[in-house]
Amino acid sequence: MRKGQSWFNTTSVALGFAFLYAPIVILVIYSFNDSKLVTVWGGFSTRWYVELLNDQAMLDAAWITLRLALLSATMATILGTLAAITMVRFGRFLGRSLFSGMIYAPLVMPDVITGLSLLLLFVSIDIDRGFWTVTLAHTTLTMCFVAVVVQSRLVVFDRSLEEAALDLGCPPFKTFFVITLPLILPAVVAGWMLAFTLSLDDLVIASFTTGPGATTLPMKIFSQVKFGVTPEINAISTILITIVAIGVIAASLFNKRREVERQKAERLAMQG
Amino acid sequence: MVGPAIGPVRRAFAPWNDPSAKPFIEFRNVTKRFGDFVAVKDLSLKIYEREFFALLGPSGCGKTTLMRMLGGFDEPTEGSILLEGKDLVGIPPYRRPTNMMFQSYALFPHMTVADNIAFGLKQAGMPKADIQSRVDEMLALVKLEKFARRKPHQLSGGQRQRVALARSLAKKPKVLLLDEPLGALDKKLREETQFELMDLQMNLGMTFLIVTHDQEEAMTVADRIAVMNNGVIVQVATPAEIYEQPNSRYVADFIGDINLIEGKVASAGEGGTRLACAATGATVETNQTLTAAIGDEAWFAIRPEKMRISRDAPADPAVNALAGEVWDIGYLGDVSIYHVRLPTGATVKATITNATRLVERPISWEDKVWLTWSRDAGVVLTR
Ligand SMILES: Nc1ncnc2c1ncn2[C@@H]1O[C@H](COP(=O)(O)OP(=O)(O)OP(=O)(O)O)[C@@H](O)[C@H]1O
Ligand SMILES: [Mg+2]
Repeated sequence: MRKGQSWFNTTSVALGFAFLYAPIVILVIYSFNDSKLVTVWGGFSTRWYVELLNDQAMLDAAWITLRLALLSATMATILGTLAAITMVRFGRFLGRSLFSGMIYAPLVMPDVITGLSLLLLFVSIDIDRGFWTVTLAHTTLTMCFVAVVVQSRLVVFDRSLEEAALDLGCPPFKTFFVITLPLILPAVVAGWMLAFTLSLDDLVIASFTTGPGATTLPMKIFSQVKFGVTPEINAISTILITIVAIGVIAASLFNKRREVERQKAERLAMQG
Repeated sequence: MVGPAIGPVRRAFAPWNDPSAKPFIEFRNVTKRFGDFVAVKDLSLKIYEREFFALLGPSGCGKTTLMRMLGGFDEPTEGSILLEGKDLVGIPPYRRPTNMMFQSYALFPHMTVADNIAFGLKQAGMPKADIQSRVDEMLALVKLEKFARRKPHQLSGGQRQRVALARSLAKKPKVLLLDEPLGALDKKLREETQFELMDLQMNLGMTFLIVTHDQEEAMTVADRIAVMNNGVIVQVATPAEIYEQPNSRYVADFIGDINLIEGKVASAGEGGTRLACAATGATVETNQTLTAAIGDEAWFAIRPEKMRISRDAPADPAVNALAGEVWDIGYLGDVSIYHVRLPTGATVKATITNATRLVERPISWEDKVWLTWSRDAGVVLTR
């Protein structure tokens, strides 16, 4: 019985992992394929990476995407944090439920609708579409994610800490920067990273709101795939995967180290 | 719990008896509502400069709420709070000359112990060197010199409490609000800190408002005590008055151990009070001048240590005396508590100081005994 169960567990875990990671592994392997045909192995080579370095259009798209993600994530983090503070701190104000409902709406709104409505907005106010309109669109999309993450941290934030700071003569504005912000910073950073990755891989909204000269990487890849998958696409995807993987591993190592330090500190405290 | 520790002999300090004295802090008909719930009800209170004032009361009676209104974290729903005659309403906490030690400590988790203590001084723009010496002084006061570089989560509960105390003291504010400042300390450290607080308060001329659950602590440190219940103050008086002359059954019962004997007023007025207690079969006579009508319900309150217990019948067994049988004896070291069962079924407590080492108990279980008391040993209460 026990043996059967463990066999079942092993199989399901293996299947799960295979389902999740097999496509990625295949993609990574074929990025080092010498052959021009994506599905035929022609020996190991890094020629597609070299080719990528010479593909100015692809590099431009990558650069735009990076700037876009950095900028929109930062703006979304500021706006989202402010929204979270308003919702948690200002108690009941007129239109509070409407406000919080509206903040959450983009979370569940289909991208197509968001993209289309933003496009209509930009057209109607007659703005030149391009880098800035995509930035605005991404800020709109991702700030609600930031708001949710920061809000969940603020809800459990001990307000007496701020009161203690006020009590000791620190005005409210300064209190926010020396007490509140440092303590909710992990949530703010997490919100920023979420916004950054969301912006990085958005295709739909960017397609709706962009204009000439502002093609993002996902758009570029998507348009190339329409003419067939080239090993070059595999190469750039592999690079993206590597960047994301490094980020995830760094974050978890950082967390683990903090945990170890915390436990050490607690042991120290126990000793008195 | 027998007699209170009245503490060291305090200075002749009683501005509350001086009608010309101006109050330092004044609550005027303050009401605080949270929605429908009334946390503080039409409360008026005067606290004088350099006073050590204690708030005593059961959990949830509004002690913290009262302090928070003084600190500026909550505004009164009605009424006003004055400091040195000036209305505080609308003045934000960071502009009030009060500092508060929070019940939850509220230490800044991302700062070291030293930085926590220095926080208020930095806000006040004190020079660096002065901050350093003040922080050292405070660390020495709470005996945490070795912990200056630690973060709050690296401290035990009692150590955190001491950091919170040091932080609130550091600015030497005019008014210091202490919400359960010593609850997490062990008995010895607690007593030491109590005396240090008293010293500090006297030397610096600060006004202290302290909340505590521990009546002995309140009696030790405070000039006056306010006993609160359900958002109202039941009695404000010196520790000795609270103990000896409680104004109600609530206060009598809340502070220390007491026998409450129910009865009806048989006579009242200048010559003293006479109470007929049907339930216990006693007739009580006191020297107290009571304003009550004959037949009114009243209670005779007497502390166990004010009862005399003896096997011999008193000269006048009809007045200020009760006969009964020893039901239980509790040996507490310094005193023994006798639970005496009366023929009516009620029990009365009496304590005897164990002045000599107990070799043989003079009075033992199931002995028939007499309890007697003098005319000024207890008080008659009408509420
Ligand atoms: N922000 C609030 N909203 C609603 N009710 C509150 C609020 N703050 C306090 N109360 C209520 O007011 C009452 C008094 O609270 P308070 O904190 O003053 O009690 P306390 O006397 O300090 O009790 P403890 O000894 O347990 O600290 C309590 O019943 C509490 O539930
Ligand atoms: Mg409290």
